[in-house]
Amino acid sequence: MKLLEVDGLSTHYITARGTRVTRAVQDLSFSLDAGETLGVVGESGSGKTTLALSLLRLLPPGARIVSGSIRFEGEDLVPKPEAEIRQIRGKRIAMILQDPMASLNPLFTIGDQVAEPLRVHEHESRRSAWNKARGLLEAVRIAAPEQRVREYPHQLSGGMRQRIVGAIAISCEPRLLIADEPTTSLDVTIQAQYLSLLRDLQKAHGLALIFITHNLGIVAKMCDAVAVMYAGRLVESGPVRQIFNSPAHPYTKALIESIPRFGDSNARLTAIDGQPPDPSALPPGCAFHPRCLQAMERCRAEAPPDFAVGADQTAACWLWASS
Amino acid sequence: MTPLIEARHLTKHFAVKRGLFSKSIGHVSAVDDVSFVIEPGHTLGVVGESGCGKTTTAKLVLLLEEPTGGEMLFEGRDLQGLDADGVRAYRRSVQAVFQDPFASLNPRMRVATIIAEPLVTNQRLTAAELQERIGHLLDVVGLPQRSASLFPHEFSGGQRQRIAIARALSLSPKLLVLDEPVSALDVSIRAQILNLLRDLQAKLGLSYLFIAHDLAAVGHMSTTIAVMYLGKLVELGEANVIAKDPKHPYTRALFSAALPIHPDDRREEIVLAGEVPSPLDPPAGCRFHPRCPVAMPICASEVPVLQMVEGREVACHLYPSPA
Repeated sequence: MKLLEVDGLSTHYITARGTRVTRAVQDLSFSLDAGETLGVVGESGSGKTTLALSLLRLLPPGARIVSGSIRFEGEDLVPKPEAEIRQIRGKRIAMILQDPMASLNPLFTIGDQVAEPLRVHEHESRRSAWNKARGLLEAVRIAAPEQRVREYPHQLSGGMRQRIVGAIAISCEPRLLIADEPTTSLDVTIQAQYLSLLRDLQKAHGLALIFITHNLGIVAKMCDAVAVMYAGRLVESGPVRQIFNSPAHPYTKALIESIPRFGDSNARLTAIDGQPPDPSALPPGCAFHPRCLQAMERCRAEAPPDFAVGADQTAACWLWASS
Repeated sequence: MTPLIEARHLTKHFAVKRGLFSKSIGHVSAVDDVSFVIEPGHTLGVVGESGCGKTTTAKLVLLLEEPTGGEMLFEGRDLQGLDADGVRAYRRSVQAVFQDPFASLNPRMRVATIIAEPLVTNQRLTAAELQERIGHLLDVVGLPQRSASLFPHEFSGGQRQRIAIARALSLSPKLLVLDEPVSALDVSIRAQILNLLRDLQAKLGLSYLFIAHDLAAVGHMSTTIAVMYLGKLVELGEANVIAKDPKHPYTRALFSAALPIHPDDRREEIVLAGEVPSPLDPPAGCRFHPRCPVAMPICASEVPVLQMVEGREVACHLYPSPA
């Protein structure tokens, strides 16, 4: 059995009067095995954060899962009542957000915040939860945990705060960890520290990881599989090597080619013209067609379904219709 | 050829004040004894993590901060000795493009007014001449003519950065200071702006001071790279020389922390321990020694000086001075 199976998921934002609908996530399907790492890549407005929030049922008011299913350990999360979701959230599925200062409460000590999930989910006493919190700080390589548990978030550096958030996330031994741009606010060498920490934690606990990022470098470094999102849809997915070696969708191809690299200082970068579309006013047909160099008549009229490109690789592009 | 900008032993200290009477309790050496040259038509790339002094260096070059020590030469003339007219002329020939185009453009001004502002304050042009200049500048940065009458909120991030570039170019400067010009932009847009900057450099013979934490982008854009750590220059040399074989342990760690461009692109992993220390209280000797994987006893006591090692300058005790 797969750990997570998302099938035909659509999440829409609907205005109060119901007059405007933004299709933030549209007909998305993917699956994840235990211990596997999936990278979800996309630009701002591609729906990757809405996807993460949908998986945890943490959507803001106005957003609704309109169709599809999210099967986690065999159970569909979409129809579950809030009380049951609360027992899964933070315990079986945990999340790390981009900005650690926003995800930590400035008024509580580090110890209180790391111990909180243990007290809520495992019903541990304050004393034993605090003892475990010290161990967790050690696990995320915080020096002098004895002293740090009594400190407040503002006393720590950005890298340390993000490690605290990591400690909170793994406190109840989740099966799935969703990391939404976890290193964007960190410096380069601190980012390297954090990524290697995440990888060690994943190995130690057999975690499945969903990495939400705009950075293909992180995907190349960390992930087994990739899902590329554009304007709310999955445009390509497959094993990471296959995608990097032979990207099938023109958008993926252009993204990979647009990364600057060393020793190419004379070459021009391959740029994608235009800009990502406004998710509330998507172009008809394939949403990428106005920027696509290989667009055909059909792309302007009809949205392409997923086509199988190779073993485990799919691309939503009419170029693959004949194969 | 006379270099466009020559910085000699540039130093900037900020006093740290505390208490009712703002008693000075010490200083932060944001930039400490930094020397570099920028040749006409070339790009100097500055890399380093937060707090390394790269933005202070940019401010010193822009004359937004007064140096505490050292001197700066512009086309061979000392800036310290310039009169008010000279300073004005210098400011005209050195312009800046900042990181966040959402913050650097006035939301209440139309694009034409934004681009024309430097012209109106510095040159006496007739309305017709002004119109023509604005039209020309929009053309140069690849924006449609009708943009002139629109407001910044009507543009995407990439287009706003083009407006900021057009404004910077309006006085036909010789040097552009680019402080993280693409970090706030979407991945598919970055390549567009980097290409535009390279085209402008080739066409107008501009020099760039390019500041970024993205090593690959700096490597792609620069002729010379300066690596900074806690206000000190640790390595300075030609971009491809440094990229091929970085010598300073910090530069090596930076390059190893840079994200791969392909899953098979495995490199030696150097994960630095600890965080960047506070610049208020920098370590004695070499400022990098507490985090350095190859630190020796001498590193804790003696400050290493820059010296030539295989075609570039390095400040590290690993490379004993020839004397």
